[in-house]
Amino acid sequence: MADYKLDRSVRYAKSHEWVRVEDGIATVGVSDFAQDALSDVVYVDLPEVGSPVSAGKQAATVESVKAAEEVNAPVSGVVIEVNPVLTNKPEQINEEPYAAWFFKVRPTDGLADELAALFSPDDYAAFVAGLG
Amino acid sequence: MLQRTPLYATHVASGGRMVEFAGHQLPVQYPSGPTAEHQAVRAAAGLFDIDHMGQFELAGPDAERCLMHLQVWDVTQMAEGDAHYSLLCYADGTVVDDIFLYKLPGRWLIVVNAANRAKDWAWIESHLAGHAVTLTDRSDELAMLALQGPQAATILQKLTRQPLAQIPQRTALTLDVGGVPTIAGRTGYTGEDGFELYVPAEQVVELWQLLLDSGQTEGLLACGLAARDSLRFEAGMPLYGHELSPQINPLEARLGWTISWQLPFIGRDALLKTRLEKPQRLLVGLEMVDKAVPREQYAVAADGQIVGQVTSGMKSPTLGKFLAMAYVPARYSALGTVLEVIVRDQPKQAVVVKRPFYRRNAL
Repeated sequence: MADYKLDRSVRYAKSHEWVRVEDGIATVGVSDFAQDALSDVVYVDLPEVGSPVSAGKQAATVESVKAAEEVNAPVSGVVIEVNPVLTNKPEQINEEPYAAWFFKVRPTDGLADELAALFSPDDYAAFVAGLG
Repeated sequence: MLQRTPLYATHVASGGRMVEFAGHQLPVQYPSGPTAEHQAVRAAAGLFDIDHMGQFELAGPDAERCLMHLQVWDVTQMAEGDAHYSLLCYADGTVVDDIFLYKLPGRWLIVVNAANRAKDWAWIESHLAGHAVTLTDRSDELAMLALQGPQAATILQKLTRQPLAQIPQRTALTLDVGGVPTIAGRTGYTGEDGFELYVPAEQVVELWQLLLDSGQTEGLLACGLAARDSLRFEAGMPLYGHELSPQINPLEARLGWTISWQLPFIGRDALLKTRLEKPQRLLVGLEMVDKAVPREQYAVAADGQIVGQVTSGMKSPTLGKFLAMAYVPARYSALGTVLEVIVRDQPKQAVVVKRPFYRRNAL
């Protein structure tokens, strides 16, 4: 397995998204492992600001030279912002996966439970190692 | 059973991401990534392991006469050393395979797609009766590399005393490349200048390393299948299984230019009929007006109806545009026609544009 970077300040979903919660707002992106598996990213389809998203359900699409992949919302809430940089520079996802955020969510009730259901960095690393 | 090319260990050691392609394990990309590899070929040079391609040799007094029957290009116009693209067609005019044909001293080399190697062999063999020819499969003993890009000739020239200026486009010459006996064809599948190299399988690892070392100053990159696909796509070249198949005829694929109508090739009667009646559907180039990645098998719609299908599509690394090749009814094939590509249930506007999308020296 190729080496990949692990951001220790975020939590991870089984479907390889990361979520960082700061000042009550959840920011979502995809992991370094995921961007490497995707290969070169060429396009992202982002949700509309104001649209509701549900934990574990598709919220965006990332398109690479290989395929189109779903990006799920790790937590439920309402999209309050999308990253305009990714529209013109989707390759930032390959270059800096933990800076290249897709969208920000104002979480609804239940955030604590949803976060608890996600992987810690160490658990995610163990999960990825198990993917062989 | 997956086959490994002689370069398998070399690919793995240099970080190649191995995938299955037409029964072979080949690198889809190296650590630099498909986009960087693609750009290296357009700006400098790239080196590809294409040993999965099959090579058949046809020799004997009837070889030329036999080829007039087997394939569509006019072999009577080929001099020794000439190389040309051609097609094998079924009697109904659809395509068995697209091939490259080399007229070498005393023999012909037929280069076929990996996925079609067994099928082509059986098909060719079944049409040899009554001809004084011998057909030999050289695929295992010959390895094949492609060195492509504007710096390809500079890189290869450093390794051989023979002047490469003696090899015009679509011709081949036998060279000594750093001690490796090589048939070098000035041909390729990228839209750039370059060479396809046929070498003894046991010496291909040595040649690969010689070329990589030679090309270091020019920015030569080892390239994988993903870059090979995006390069041929921009250059408007068909890929069997996508733009060509046993359900598609050459006129639909706009490959009528390969056909020597005066010769008695298999499929001629059916294709003459198609030519007279005009093909019902045609291969077109599409450029997305709405931003979206058009991919293989996505539906193409016109006037609210599904009318066709994408055969290849991607974001063009050179042009930065979202482009596709697709089959559509002939009435929707005119340049400027507005169509829709259905992307995840959403109709996205596209317009018919000229192919090839990319021509060297034309940017």
